[in-house]
Amino acid sequence: MDAIFVFEQLLNGLGYGLMLFLIAAGLTLVFGIMDTMNLAHGSLYMAGAYVAARVHEASGAFALAVLVAVGVTVAIAAVAEFLVIRRLYRRDHLVQVLATFGIILIADDAVKAIWGVAPLLASTPAALAGPVALLEGLPYPSYRLLLIGAGLTVALGLHLLVNKTRIGMLVRAGASNRQMAEHMGVRVGGVFAFVFALGAALAALAGALMAPISAVQIGMGEAILIPALVVIVIGGIGSVRGAFVAALLVGMVDTAGRAFLPPALRAVLPPSVAADLGPALAGIAMYVLMAAVLTLKPAGLFPARG
Amino acid sequence: MLEPTSQGASSAPCAAAAVTHARFPGLARRLPWLVLALLAAFPLLAPAFGLEYYVGFVRRVLIVAIAATSLNFILGYGGMAALGHAGFIGVGAYTVVALVEAGFSSAWLAWGSAALVAGLAAAAIGAVSLRTRGVYFIMITLAFAQMLYYLAVSLRTWGGDDGYGLYTPLELGAWLDGAHAQVFYWVVLAIAAAVFALFSRVAHSRYGHALRGIRDNEMRMVALGYPVYGLKLAGFVAAGAVAGLAGGLLASHNAFVSPSIMHWTQSALLLVMVMLGGAGRRWGAPLGVALWLTLEEVLKLYTDYWHWPLGLLLLLVVFHAPQGVAALLERRGGREGAR
Repeated sequence: MDAIFVFEQLLNGLGYGLMLFLIAAGLTLVFGIMDTMNLAHGSLYMAGAYVAARVHEASGAFALAVLVAVGVTVAIAAVAEFLVIRRLYRRDHLVQVLATFGIILIADDAVKAIWGVAPLLASTPAALAGPVALLEGLPYPSYRLLLIGAGLTVALGLHLLVNKTRIGMLVRAGASNRQMAEHMGVRVGGVFAFVFALGAALAALAGALMAPISAVQIGMGEAILIPALVVIVIGGIGSVRGAFVAALLVGMVDTAGRAFLPPALRAVLPPSVAADLGPALAGIAMYVLMAAVLTLKPAGLFPARG
Repeated sequence: MLEPTSQGASSAPCAAAAVTHARFPGLARRLPWLVLALLAAFPLLAPAFGLEYYVGFVRRVLIVAIAATSLNFILGYGGMAALGHAGFIGVGAYTVVALVEAGFSSAWLAWGSAALVAGLAAAAIGAVSLRTRGVYFIMITLAFAQMLYYLAVSLRTWGGDDGYGLYTPLELGAWLDGAHAQVFYWVVLAIAAAVFALFSRVAHSRYGHALRGIRDNEMRMVALGYPVYGLKLAGFVAAGAVAGLAGGLLASHNAFVSPSIMHWTQSALLLVMVMLGGAGRRWGAPLGVALWLTLEEVLKLYTDYWHWPLGLLLLLVVFHAPQGVAALLERRGGREGAR
């Protein structure tokens, strides 16, 4: 394990964390402002990945594929919001879980009907297929650098949107005290729809960007949903800043756990025990992190209400 | 062979259904017995109708109903929305695996240990989780179940990701083994009936009322001097132990255990089935499980796309029967809001 390997893993963790942030940002805003637990958020991520993979394959233009994926997903989200989500805002969390679980089932079957059961192989854009040498002796895949760049850009844009614009102010007002915001004359219905569409766009972007480096398959939405939920709980529900910090934390802890724990355990434990224990601890790491944070700060690192 | 029915009989009268209570008071009292008799006779009648395959299916429904009943108890009566109940099923199943691996073969020892170990796990997890509320409780129970899941994935001595096959059935005891091909079915039925009757009775005991008080207004119960945390933890541990028992039975039923039985979607499905049936309703859990699994089984016969009708069903329930199917039946029977 040398410095190059460590640096490479840190970059991987950063990339994964930023993608988690894209998914978690929408989730935390929907949750914080509308008090709505949307399990189907992962399905929007899946929709983004599938559409981007197919459009990229058909047209060969990656930027176009990402744009189309975001557009299509926002349209789907708008329909879902109008038909179902809108009626769930004031309902019990468990009812929301039930309804959005139903949407997951429908979405998975829809994807199966359109694109089949076999996972899609999404290719990286040709221009970014090769590695670039970041430092001497450190080649790093250029596509992963694009991922990091895009993630940081979007995070900055979201920060400006939430903190420096009028609509962002309304969003923050809604997250910190929805009732008070309503009394002050904020048209929450419009803010809700905007936030839901924004969350869908971010999830689709994450799906489109992740498609070439992960398996595009049915169930990918459910797989990413849990880490995203862990992120928003650690960060404090409703806080975009919290989601950013928590996403990077979870991304780093998860990647570092997988990369460094098994070799570290092999150094101190007998090989058979280490082989069993390493992957277990790596998988568990982010949940331990969440349990620890909740024990110390029951409302997350950056509580939005207070 | 009569043993199962008589065991269920000892406590079943309290399980009088609210279904169709007003119009057919006699039927309501007898319905649980009728259901039990039908279920007990099913393996004997099935061959006559060519339904042998479905004896195994009903056995699975009964086992899942045991787990769902325990979840309904803490969710419906205790207000604890645990999204990690499949974790306890997994602990129970892997306890059976561990005992078989160690050379034990008694079914009762294995299932008893499954309940015990899962109860201990629930005590540890509940002690931490019950300090949080609302969404944070949902998430932290999920987190613990995920930890158990990854632990099972990585334990290669017990099969890891590939699972562990239980090639020889567990021994039930001297006269039960080999008495009839379907002995295991009746054992499961007896346990399910006992668990159902027990939780129905407890739900209407002093403890059950206290638990519902906590669900409806926790602060008031604290002010009244109830040991709220202890009462909730007791319910959580009992539910975890029963889920572990269901896990042990499931291990025997499948003759196979893999980490997938405690994947988070299994926990979510269990929640969904309970709410579909009606959380906090006596018949909620078994109704929800039977309805969900039967629909799944039937839809699979006709189409590869069997998820979306179930999804649609959930949306229909959310918007048209938010209290669940059991509540719908109770209303039809003329008894509004019976719990």
